Amino acid sequence: MSSVLYDVPGPKARRVSLIGSVLGSVLILGLVAWIITTLAEQGIFQGQRWAIFTRGDVWSLLGNGVLTTLSAAAVAAVLAFPLGLLLCLLRISDIAAIRIPTRIVLEFLRGMPVVLMMLFVLLVFASGAFTAVVAGLVLYNAAVFAEIIRAGIQSLPKGQREAGLTVGLTSFQSRMIIELPQAIRRMMPSLVAQLVVLLKDTSLGYIVSYEELLRKVQIMADFLGPDFLFPIFFVAAAIYIAINIVVSRIAVWIERRGTVKAAGGVAKAEPEPIEAAVP
Amino acid sequence: MKAFMTRRKSLLVAASAALALSLSACGGGTTTTNPTVAEKPTFAAGSTMEKLSSAGTIKIGTKFDQPLFGQKGLDGKPIGFDVEIGKLIAAKLGIPADKIEWKETVSANREQFIKNSDVDIIVATYTINDKRKAEVSFAGPYYEAGQALMVNKDNTSITKPEDVKGKKVCSVTGSTPAATIVEKYQAELVPAATYSACLEPLRNKQVEAITTDNVILAGFVNKEPEAFKLASDETFTKEPYGIGLKKDDTEFRNWINDQLEEFASDGSYKKAWEATAGAVIKTAPELPELNRY
Amino acid sequence: MDVIIENLPLYWEGFLRTLFLSVVSGAIALVLGTLLAAARVSPVAALRGFSMTYVEVLRNTPLTIAFFFAAIVLPRLGVRFEQFEVAAIIALSTYTAAFIAEAVRSGVNSVHVGQAEAARSIGMQFGQVLSLIILPQALRTVIPPLINILIALTKNSSVAGAFFVLELFGYGRQLANANGDQVMTVLLGVAFFYLLITVPLGILASTVERKVAISR
Repeated sequence: MSSVLYDVPGPKARRVSLIGSVLGSVLILGLVAWIITTLAEQGIFQGQRWAIFTRGDVWSLLGNGVLTTLSAAAVAAVLAFPLGLLLCLLRISDIAAIRIPTRIVLEFLRGMPVVLMMLFVLLVFASGAFTAVVAGLVLYNAAVFAEIIRAGIQSLPKGQREAGLTVGLTSFQSRMIIELPQAIRRMMPSLVAQLVVLLKDTSLGYIVSYEELLRKVQIMADFLGPDFLFPIFFVAAAIYIAINIVVSRIAVWIERRGTVKAAGGVAKAEPEPIEAAVP
Repeated sequence: MKAFMTRRKSLLVAASAALALSLSACGGGTTTTNPTVAEKPTFAAGSTMEKLSSAGTIKIGTKFDQPLFGQKGLDGKPIGFDVEIGKLIAAKLGIPADKIEWKETVSANREQFIKNSDVDIIVATYTINDKRKAEVSFAGPYYEAGQALMVNKDNTSITKPEDVKGKKVCSVTGSTPAATIVEKYQAELVPAATYSACLEPLRNKQVEAITTDNVILAGFVNKEPEAFKLASDETFTKEPYGIGLKKDDTEFRNWINDQLEEFASDGSYKKAWEATAGAVIKTAPELPELNRY
Repeated sequence: MDVIIENLPLYWEGFLRTLFLSVVSGAIALVLGTLLAAARVSPVAALRGFSMTYVEVLRNTPLTIAFFFAAIVLPRLGVRFEQFEVAAIIALSTYTAAFIAEAVRSGVNSVHVGQAEAARSIGMQFGQVLSLIILPQALRTVIPPLINILIALTKNSSVAGAFFVLELFGYGRQLANANGDQVMTVLLGVAFFYLLITVPLGILASTVERKVAISR
């Protein structure tokens, strides 16, 4: 696509582009170097501050944090997806008495900060921290999943549904057999992107003292003292980014597989629905 | 190559030695004690003590991020004065320390945890006040803290709470000290998630002081005496720490109060203090007068 | 109900702070995100690489860590600010910009190839193609997801409460702690003020969505 936006660069344009690239890279590298030297001046890269990562108990604590983070995310994802599917079906129902209340509920769920929902569940229902975190994540992400799937269904050519109804399927059957499978496949990238958001949002569990990775890291930094604050947080950030990039890569892989399959089927006449994950 | 290896090795050794030093300093010298567990204590049938004792396990709520009182170590076990008090009480029920289930309670969820039976008792720098008494009952107090201010070492402009008027003071969102410093002394509150999160802004001089109970601040000063100090040794509120339990379980409350008195007379109270907060606050406290109601 | 009415000034103050954070961060994020998207499709390789790395890293970082860097690491680098709102705005806008960049980029991809070809065949440069032809068309389809991202931004500003800025959620926690017996009412009050911002935005999004769908 991007190649359509500009001519194939000639020798002059290529030279300009190269100079620009070099200058830009130098600029960015300079910035990084400045950050590193400034931090180094404050002794952040002293060996002893990083030596904690040679300790087994530090890693077992970090590993434990990764585990609690992943388990909350996994449970939340497994619950949020079917709930999102259900909300989506209710939202596009032919019956106004179902459609309109669902829309209000969705609007409400999407408009609530996740931290507020977690705190609400914890305090009002006096649940444990794990339940509060999972409930907050499920409620919000189910609403987002519902919207993503709905967008997928609406992006399908009208003929799909019409054909389904013509061959004698009921409205519900058409949704389930014809439209949903296509919509979900189309929206796979967005759905997985949202999964990454869900995974990251487990870190909001600090509000209810759920001991996920970030909270564990905080407790560890408090215990070890201020010298270790930076190393520990850098490592935590790196762990998060690594996990999420792996999940995103899986998404890309699924997407590729999906397109190969689709190529043989329906022609891609319609533009792809656009990325809809929300932070 | 060989020279390089040895050099690297010696660097590593030096680093780990330095680490060991700094680590022992960080814990503030906090250690643990092993109270003698009562053998087959007997209690009135149907009482909470009897239930806990025969179950052989107890759920105790404490803080995991409060230096000296309740802080979780790298091995996953909390240590501190609150933890020791909890262990002493459990021992009197015939429950050894390894049968205690520690639960993290934060300021926001303590009452709910008790109401919901998520915990049997809470020992978590839990100030007794009338509003809370309407929701839960308190044994104790077992310690009386007071609110204080911590400033940078070179600060001379803040010595009393009146000095923070209009200045930026960091404290935990929604905590009692935060409310006091704003309502009584008109400071500008800078809210943080935990007290330790306040340290960086203070160091960077983005806030002028941190306020909370003196014992918590003492823990920070102890860790970094070259960076911070208490604005004054005087405290400007009284924070009697109590042991939270189910509302109107008077029998259990009276029993815990009796135990506290016993801890004071048999020296285990002092021992618990010296093993933990005593490493920083040298004068061991007397058990405050109990609030039996 | 009384607890809300009694503390209405606090709620209001928190609401205004949340609104302020959202509007300022939203404006910065929109500009930054569009620039990143433009860089992503530009002919200069370094720009493409930078944009890609930026989006990849920021999208995969939890917001709390972004806040940690803005509020705690930046001051260490010598970037001192008097008001912690600055740190919150930096964290929120840089984080949100990554999502906006992705949305705008997929919007650019949704514009028919013929549009760009036609523009180039009449002699337009890359900058012209993008700013005069592609982006105006892309923005139309992108507006609903963009609004959704702005809704999320408003809600995400609640994380600032843990990083030295007293906003709506921070006041909510304060009130919840002070009124342990009326937690539910206090929190529903907080919810109401968030909905005051997010629901109108949501309705706007679906209205625009419908309009765009019809004109397609």
